[in-house]
Amino acid sequence: MLINRLKLQIWVFLPLGAIPLLIVLLPQVLPSYIVILITQSLIYAIAAMSLDLLLGYLGLAALGHMAYFTIGAYVAGILAVRYHFHFGSTLFFSIAISAVAAAALGLLALRARDVYFLMITLSIALCEWGLATRWVSLTGGYNGVVGIPRPDLGLPWMMQDVLPFYYLILILFLICLVFIILLVRSPFGKTLVGIRDSESRMTVLGYNTWLHKYIAYIITASVAGIAGNLYAYYNGYISPDAATLVHCLKLVLMVGLGGPGTIVGPIMGAFIITFLENIVSIYTTRWLMVIAFVYFITAMYTPKGILGLLKGFQWQGKRERIQKWWKQVRLP
Amino acid sequence: MEFWVVQSFNGLSYAALLFLLGGGLTLIFGVMRVINIAQGSFFMVGGYVGYSIISLTGNFYLGILIACLALSLIGMIIERFSLRRLAGVNLRNMLATMGIALFLQDSSLLIWGGDPLSISVPNYLSGSVQIGNLYFPALRIFMILEAVLIFIVLMLVERKTRVGAIVRASIDNPETAEGLGIHVPLVRMGVFGLGALITAFGGVTGCAFMSIYPGLDFEMLVFAFVVVILGGMGSIPGAFIGAIIVGLMDNFGKALLPELSYFTVFAPMALMLAIRPMGLFGKG
Repeated sequence: MLINRLKLQIWVFLPLGAIPLLIVLLPQVLPSYIVILITQSLIYAIAAMSLDLLLGYLGLAALGHMAYFTIGAYVAGILAVRYHFHFGSTLFFSIAISAVAAAALGLLALRARDVYFLMITLSIALCEWGLATRWVSLTGGYNGVVGIPRPDLGLPWMMQDVLPFYYLILILFLICLVFIILLVRSPFGKTLVGIRDSESRMTVLGYNTWLHKYIAYIITASVAGIAGNLYAYYNGYISPDAATLVHCLKLVLMVGLGGPGTIVGPIMGAFIITFLENIVSIYTTRWLMVIAFVYFITAMYTPKGILGLLKGFQWQGKRERIQKWWKQVRLP
Repeated sequence: MEFWVVQSFNGLSYAALLFLLGGGLTLIFGVMRVINIAQGSFFMVGGYVGYSIISLTGNFYLGILIACLALSLIGMIIERFSLRRLAGVNLRNMLATMGIALFLQDSSLLIWGGDPLSISVPNYLSGSVQIGNLYFPALRIFMILEAVLIFIVLMLVERKTRVGAIVRASIDNPETAEGLGIHVPLVRMGVFGLGALITAFGGVTGCAFMSIYPGLDFEMLVFAFVVVILGGMGSIPGAFIGAIIVGLMDNFGKALLPELSYFTVFAPMALMLAIRPMGLFGKG
């Protein structure tokens, strides 16, 4: 029995062990268009992971999380284009300004609950969109900030090329991933899950739940700011569009599709949505219809995302069936 | 003086449209606790259906009638086959209605194409009314009157009739209402249809007032959100007051401070959220 389980686990972990090899080596042989899409997916995955911390782990419906992504992107764009800041310093300012904005706006947003919290975070994003379209001298209005150069790190590789930029994004993605995993596993992360499940109980146990939420809000906003910063460099320009309702909901869809309250879920969601949007639009002009169905099906049939579906699938006695099948295969 | 009267009048006529849009949204939210992303799509599709009927038959009022009926039917179908199964989960509701909104947007693009369309109104509505030495377009007067009429009818139905009492009971305590023999799911379906109907009404008149194009749905939705946040979610009088504030602020913002025109709409909302997160008439 134990050996059987171990064998099964080997079959599960062998492919998992191959993933790091794949993400490092595969882009060397993939067409550059695919590598560009993977780069974009990784950037969105950082943003989706940060939103998942609020949505899945803390249970706060932060619809307007793209607001901080947009702040990070605009900070990067404006500093890099107008003031020729170095990549490291724009990254620092993207994080810092997103965090400061979240510290100020979080005071406002966390006064409300449930639907009102959702609407407040959304209206923060809307206000930002209004500001970005109208404050032309700073943001360039509808045209946005254009001509953001790729970062120059003083390395022998040119970041204008697809592969070096991919590795740069990959490294930053992994740093964010490790940070989020550590955060989720820490006592702080466990407290967040406790607040999600029963805030009143955590209050009775002596936790300052408001402070936990506030700190989590600031941390996730800074991570979203990192994603925004990278997006500005990736895209080369940033427009007010990033803060619209459509984009806010897209980020929520990524989390909801993959599986809220997990680490892998939002990453998976970011990859699926990015690839769907770009690949389907090559083959059909009705790609919006496909995205519409993804929204609808995610909402209707996958309450816990694809990961939730997979887990539920395993629990319905499939393991016993696999073991039976394994015995049958082994016996003769 | 003349400037202020004319601009206020323009602002109020825009407010009439915003009330029909925000009123539908707030009605649906009040009864179902659903934030309907597809509300802007009801506005746009209502306008498109009205356009088709009016260009086929040439009858403006028939166009309004059929657009309203068609959209309330679409609304009831949406409620019956999707939202009813998602009761009480905000984000999943939003994702589902977002999917529906994208579906409606792409279908309209397929059916009516991407060019801006505009409805021609009967002669007596395309003229203007002279009061003193000021001219007021008849269509804008018609819009204001229709919004006020719908507001009064909604308030009377809600406060004075048996149907209104049933709806209020279903909002305040759905379980007890069920126990008293009220079929709450049917009430919700009806209210969703009514919300779509009111907004489609706004869509047809709005389409006569400005042109209609793909993408209008999400543009209008933003204003509907502002109206509803200002007035308080779920409150019809709130939507009425909110629409007037947003309509006036938008119009005066565009006339006086064109550089800050969106800001004059969003600033009152931000202020309201800072002082009173539940809005003017909302309940905590």
